[in-house]
Amino acid sequence: MDKVIVSPSPHVHSPASTDGIMRDVIIALVPALLVSFLFYGWSQLLVLAVSCVSCVGLEWLIARFLFKRPGLFSGTSALVTGILLAMNLPCTTPWWIVFIGALFAIGVVKMSFGGLGQNLFNPAIAGRVFLLVSFPVQMTNWTMPANSFAAVDAVTGSTPLSLIKEGLKSGQSIGDVLAANGMDMGMLLRDIGGSSGEISAIALLVGFCYLLIRRVVKPWIPLSILLTVALIAGIFHAVDPAHYTGIGFNLLTGGVLLGAFFMATDYVTSPMSNWGGVVFGVGIGVIVMMIRYFGSYPEGMSFAILIMNCFVPLINRAFHQKKYGRA
Amino acid sequence: MGKLTFSIGGIHPADRKIARERQIEVLPLPDKVYVSMFQHLGAMAKPVVSVGDTVKAGQIIAEPGGFISAYIHSPVSGTVKSIGPRKDLAGFNQMHIEIAVEGDEWAEGIDLSPELVTDIPEDKAFILDRIKMNGVVGLGGATFPAHVKLNPPPGKTADCLILNGAECEPYLTSDYRILLERTDEIVVGAAIMQKVLGGCRCVIGIEENKPEAIAAARASVAKLGYPNMEVAVLKKRYPQGGEKQLIDAVMHRQVKSGGLPIDVGAVVQNVATSLAVYEAVQKNKPLVTNVLTVTGDCLPVERQHNYLFRIGVPLSFIAEYAGGIPEGAVKIVSGGPMMGKAIANLDATTVKGSSSILYLSAATERKAESNCIRCGRCADACPMGLEPFLLKSLYAAGDVPALEQNAAQDCIECGCCQYSCPAYIPLLDNIRQAKGQVMAVIRARNAKK
Repeated sequence: MDKVIVSPSPHVHSPASTDGIMRDVIIALVPALLVSFLFYGWSQLLVLAVSCVSCVGLEWLIARFLFKRPGLFSGTSALVTGILLAMNLPCTTPWWIVFIGALFAIGVVKMSFGGLGQNLFNPAIAGRVFLLVSFPVQMTNWTMPANSFAAVDAVTGSTPLSLIKEGLKSGQSIGDVLAANGMDMGMLLRDIGGSSGEISAIALLVGFCYLLIRRVVKPWIPLSILLTVALIAGIFHAVDPAHYTGIGFNLLTGGVLLGAFFMATDYVTSPMSNWGGVVFGVGIGVIVMMIRYFGSYPEGMSFAILIMNCFVPLINRAFHQKKYGRA
Repeated sequence: MGKLTFSIGGIHPADRKIARERQIEVLPLPDKVYVSMFQHLGAMAKPVVSVGDTVKAGQIIAEPGGFISAYIHSPVSGTVKSIGPRKDLAGFNQMHIEIAVEGDEWAEGIDLSPELVTDIPEDKAFILDRIKMNGVVGLGGATFPAHVKLNPPPGKTADCLILNGAECEPYLTSDYRILLERTDEIVVGAAIMQKVLGGCRCVIGIEENKPEAIAAARASVAKLGYPNMEVAVLKKRYPQGGEKQLIDAVMHRQVKSGGLPIDVGAVVQNVATSLAVYEAVQKNKPLVTNVLTVTGDCLPVERQHNYLFRIGVPLSFIAEYAGGIPEGAVKIVSGGPMMGKAIANLDATTVKGSSSILYLSAATERKAESNCIRCGRCADACPMGLEPFLLKSLYAAGDVPALEQNAAQDCIECGCCQYSCPAYIPLLDNIRQAKGQVMAVIRARNAKK
């Protein structure tokens, strides 16, 4: 042996890596993706493909040619953004709108802040919101789930949340709206129009449990979001069921689960401490319910997460680890 | 009592105690030994022999250079060839005494017989004197002179002596082997320290992954029947054997920042130190031998060994005796993989605290660092409750007051943060530097007072 490596301790490293974590997140999203393919077919696959290729490609191009730092490129992280963006878009979104969303998410929200780990906002959600305010028509053209890849003429419609919002605005009660649309509240797995990620609670839950088991995420942020949503919805619905939707409805629609499990738990844009995570989650829960009950948008999960993203640096300042011997 | 553990942070690195079944073998003597004058915490020892002197094994060849310092004894019999600077394992020059080995004759008054002596001397001053004169230092890593630690300052009393048999570092098995092969002597050593400390409780802490050692220690404690002594099972979790963590686990007390274990009534000694105390007090045998593991991820089990070595034998002699540097080794470490020092110079000599020669393959090489993804794993892992990601940024910003406020000086350099970081950020490298800066500021402030 001619040479030995001399470096300070520690001399071993855990098997964990950034790529490994991102891989786990992708695996966790697979069940929900499969369900969305089953319901929406090829069009969903197209949106996903455009989104992923755009996100990964744009990140590579920006790292390589704009920053001239190829090391800044993280393919797995960009892929996660691509998948999450696709899951937040209607399957009828034209490819060029998907591309613009990816450009905004990766180019503006992520890379211009310094790339992986530096962004203040969740890129996928920011991309989705950017598209929502820029292309409101295309972005609210939700397809009703059809149980086949063969469906040529998909039926499009509004999401339950926007139906109810419109109904309430025109003076109807929730019961009237549902009766008029032939719907009931017992919808867990399917029959809800919406972005692909919203439609399968169980598939999302399975993915989230995988992340918990792999210790990629901790349960505190999702738990506090869901409990807050449930608490607020429970109180309002109990007081006035005709004008305020109930607990199950609010938990299962409008991307609350997708947001709580996969978007609010994004390491980069969520607080680092457990208690900080609880504050963050409660904040999201309150904002999403305020938007739904009193705002003009029918859902609000995206806005709630983006707004709470702003508070993360402050939350990080307020909550610190319990230190040894300094009680 | 259930399994004990510390309350903040920690990690679970793979155990890798491949050499655990290898019995302790006695390493033969080389032609020459090099005895370092700097093998304990505190002031350098001062040589009391001259070139050309004939020395016997166990004879004092250097005396303490200050209050916190230790006697050093010749590990062999022979002739002093030179006294001067020689490179240590990191490549720094340290004063060494070179002795050419001639025969193996021991100094007068040392009992080399294997008989167990269980009667403990009554006189505390006598015990402390024996520990001091025989050069016993802590063998758990810090090599703090044992007689200082076992003699608390006035007004401080020990409630509990914790005997550290956690050996939480992966790969290392020397403590495990002595717990199995020298159990009774360790227990008597513990009883001696208990006596010196005024008869406090004694807890022998051993990690759960060493059930044979736990059983052996329990049997020995029951057989020898010293009062107020028990064996506690510790959870397998790194750094369970860290002094502050062990006190938290066993006594549910935490040492204040900048404080000493004795402030909360704790004295922690390693099991190997206990063995050295036994030999020093009961046999009047100085600390000139210790057990070291030759191990690594690129070394087949049949080539792994636990050696009883004379302190001062060059590392290269041990490596060669054990079959040379194995194929595929890219790094050689003295100590465990979490806190050990990478060896730059294998010609360096062994010291009192030497615990291993650890060969690591390219699989353990550092990977390229990428951006922090703010996962918070470093903060979750830190057993001191620090926020390594924050300390790293503050160090980069050069903000020393903020580093002190965020307790960079509390870092115990266990490596949990860097081990856990999925972005391979060298957190501890940065925090070590930060800690150095903060300590300098604190020292300057205390000097002014």
